[in-house]
Amino acid sequence: MQRILGTLLLLLLSGNVHAALNVFACEPEWAALTQQLAGSQANIYTATGPLQDPHQVQARPSLIAKARSAQLLVCTGAELEVGWMPVVLRESTNSNIQPGSAGHFEAAKYVAMLEVPSRLDRADGDVHAAGNPHIQTDARNFLPIADALSKRLIELDPANTAYYQQRHAAFDQQWRAAIAKWEKQAAPLKGVAIVVHHKGFPYLNDWLGLHEIAELEPKPGMEPSAAHLEKVLGDLQQHPARMVLRAAYQNERPSEWISERAHIPAVMLPFTVGGTPQATDLFGLFDDTIQRLLAGLH
Amino acid sequence: MFKKICSNTAFAVLLGHSLGAFAHDTSSDNAFNPALWLILSGTYGNMQRDPAIPATGFAMSPNPAQTQGFSLGESELGVAADIDPEFRGFATFSILSASISVENAFVQTSTLGNGLNLKFGRFFSSLGYLNEQHAHAWDFVDQPLVYNTMWNSQLIEDGMQLKWLAPTDMFVEVGGEVGRGFGYPGTDTPRNGSGATVLFAHIGDDIGIEQSWRAGISAHQTRQTNAQSTAVPDLLNTPGGVSDSFNGNSNTAGLDFIWKYAPNGNFRERYVKVQSEYFRRRQDGMLTYATQPGGANIADRYIDTQSGWYVQSVYQFMPTWRTGLRYDRLDPGVATVGALNAGNVISNYAYTPSRITWMADYNASEFSRIRLQLVRDNSRQGLPDNQLFLQYIMSMGAHGAHQY
Repeated sequence: MQRILGTLLLLLLSGNVHAALNVFACEPEWAALTQQLAGSQANIYTATGPLQDPHQVQARPSLIAKARSAQLLVCTGAELEVGWMPVVLRESTNSNIQPGSAGHFEAAKYVAMLEVPSRLDRADGDVHAAGNPHIQTDARNFLPIADALSKRLIELDPANTAYYQQRHAAFDQQWRAAIAKWEKQAAPLKGVAIVVHHKGFPYLNDWLGLHEIAELEPKPGMEPSAAHLEKVLGDLQQHPARMVLRAAYQNERPSEWISERAHIPAVMLPFTVGGTPQATDLFGLFDDTIQRLLAGLH
Repeated sequence: MFKKICSNTAFAVLLGHSLGAFAHDTSSDNAFNPALWLILSGTYGNMQRDPAIPATGFAMSPNPAQTQGFSLGESELGVAADIDPEFRGFATFSILSASISVENAFVQTSTLGNGLNLKFGRFFSSLGYLNEQHAHAWDFVDQPLVYNTMWNSQLIEDGMQLKWLAPTDMFVEVGGEVGRGFGYPGTDTPRNGSGATVLFAHIGDDIGIEQSWRAGISAHQTRQTNAQSTAVPDLLNTPGGVSDSFNGNSNTAGLDFIWKYAPNGNFRERYVKVQSEYFRRRQDGMLTYATQPGGANIADRYIDTQSGWYVQSVYQFMPTWRTGLRYDRLDPGVATVGALNAGNVISNYAYTPSRITWMADYNASEFSRIRLQLVRDNSRQGLPDNQLFLQYIMSMGAHGAHQY
């Protein structure tokens, strides 16, 4: 009897040892990256959808329940999730994923941040002290993040070190090749003047050389106002732009308004995995982003 | 909904300069130094009737009525930080017109693990849905009638709370509180042991990406000792100045439900939320009735079961504008009054207080809100009241994330 019980116990325990890592990904791009790096070794829950404004997420009961059993949290950081993550972390009572522990991964820590404000004043709108958090629009940023995330997976699940190393090496190689391809495709975009709905694309601009001349939001996070749109339209008479960009989750009306009056195309970008039907994974995200930008040129 | 605070660091920067330490970190609202925030809030209220008159049949309950004219409302100063890796501290002070009072001051554990969460100090009880929300997060200027009469607006407790979050995909949380019995209906009687207990359970989940919900049940128990109700003319035409005093058990059970919907789950553009709560209280004990000031006291059995509910909906129809509608209803119940007091105390009011409230608010950003509220108040028999409120709620500093 004891032997049977012992065997059962061993089975249960060993079941746990081989169980995949439970990963709580804050945004779809980090779910996709974790999928690339961890393959079958991770159960990934994605907390937010591609059509949600990532600034306006709520600490829903489901998020707290999912965070309770997570071994790894993969988020942007840089205060993007500050509106809901503190509640989720506190209520989940899960010490594995609290800030400072190995299970708490913030992608923004591994890239050079842009638009770090020299002064913090809410009169400037929705500015983040650590810099602009929309780091996922520059494909190059995924290289150091993937490297750090892969090391974190190994730290949490050393039994599968070889598996993670092999997947990371494969991703790194494919991604570098893809970046070279995208940069070649995007060559005509260099120096192209654009208008954006929200300051969501500084990393994309930095990468592809797009030149941002105006935003439709009067201040980051504030609604585009009629007065401000008129002003942008006036400025465009002096300094014409080639297109107006917005993320898939943003309301199309302000860009359509500018598009009609300034006679420039309104281009919707997926912004993250799932933002458009073509952006099915990280590769699709950038393939589609560049196709849409190039289409906007014509 | 002041959902997200992007720069929790405006104050941290100030502190950082003075303390020579400043960490730029993380998704937590901690950033090395304590998070500090100040909610500036104020109300203008216009009522046709004296707000001090309680709802019919609830004269023994408190009446946290709104102030006529201009008032500071629920301005609030808050501080929160991790104390060390094991404990987190949280305190809010409400700034009333002439004083500052300690609204919350509690310590919470961070590392118990296994889904356990222990809190001790002064806190808003986790019963119901609205009880834990701070005034600046309310969708209307005031609380529902059922909260006003059953919890004196909000149940505050000095005590301990233990919660357990089940390791399930669906949100399942159960918890209990023991406390001093500091907040109404507790009578804050000095005694060893606890003066009140609360039990609660919550479940919740998503339906696709667009809908989410939470439902809960709760129970509250306390023994009321010499619970005074002054200026309670229970019998119409009783001269003023008499008082009731109740000694007995108070048991309350509640149900709460909230459902939220946003197209594509995108709360930025549009959303709807619908919520409803129901509470039922049985008071069983002795009522001591003073027939006139200094006169003979008459004590006899008193049992009453009272209940109340509300249903409300808020619709954000564009990013900066929201509107909401709320319906309140109370049932004073039919009291069993002992023979000695049968002539002094009304047992059946045969009136159900109700109220209908409409609001619209403008939110330039998630940190500022200006609200108009119109009310048709039929909570007092024969005294219908039309009310108008104007309110501002502005939040400064590192004001942490809100609960669901």
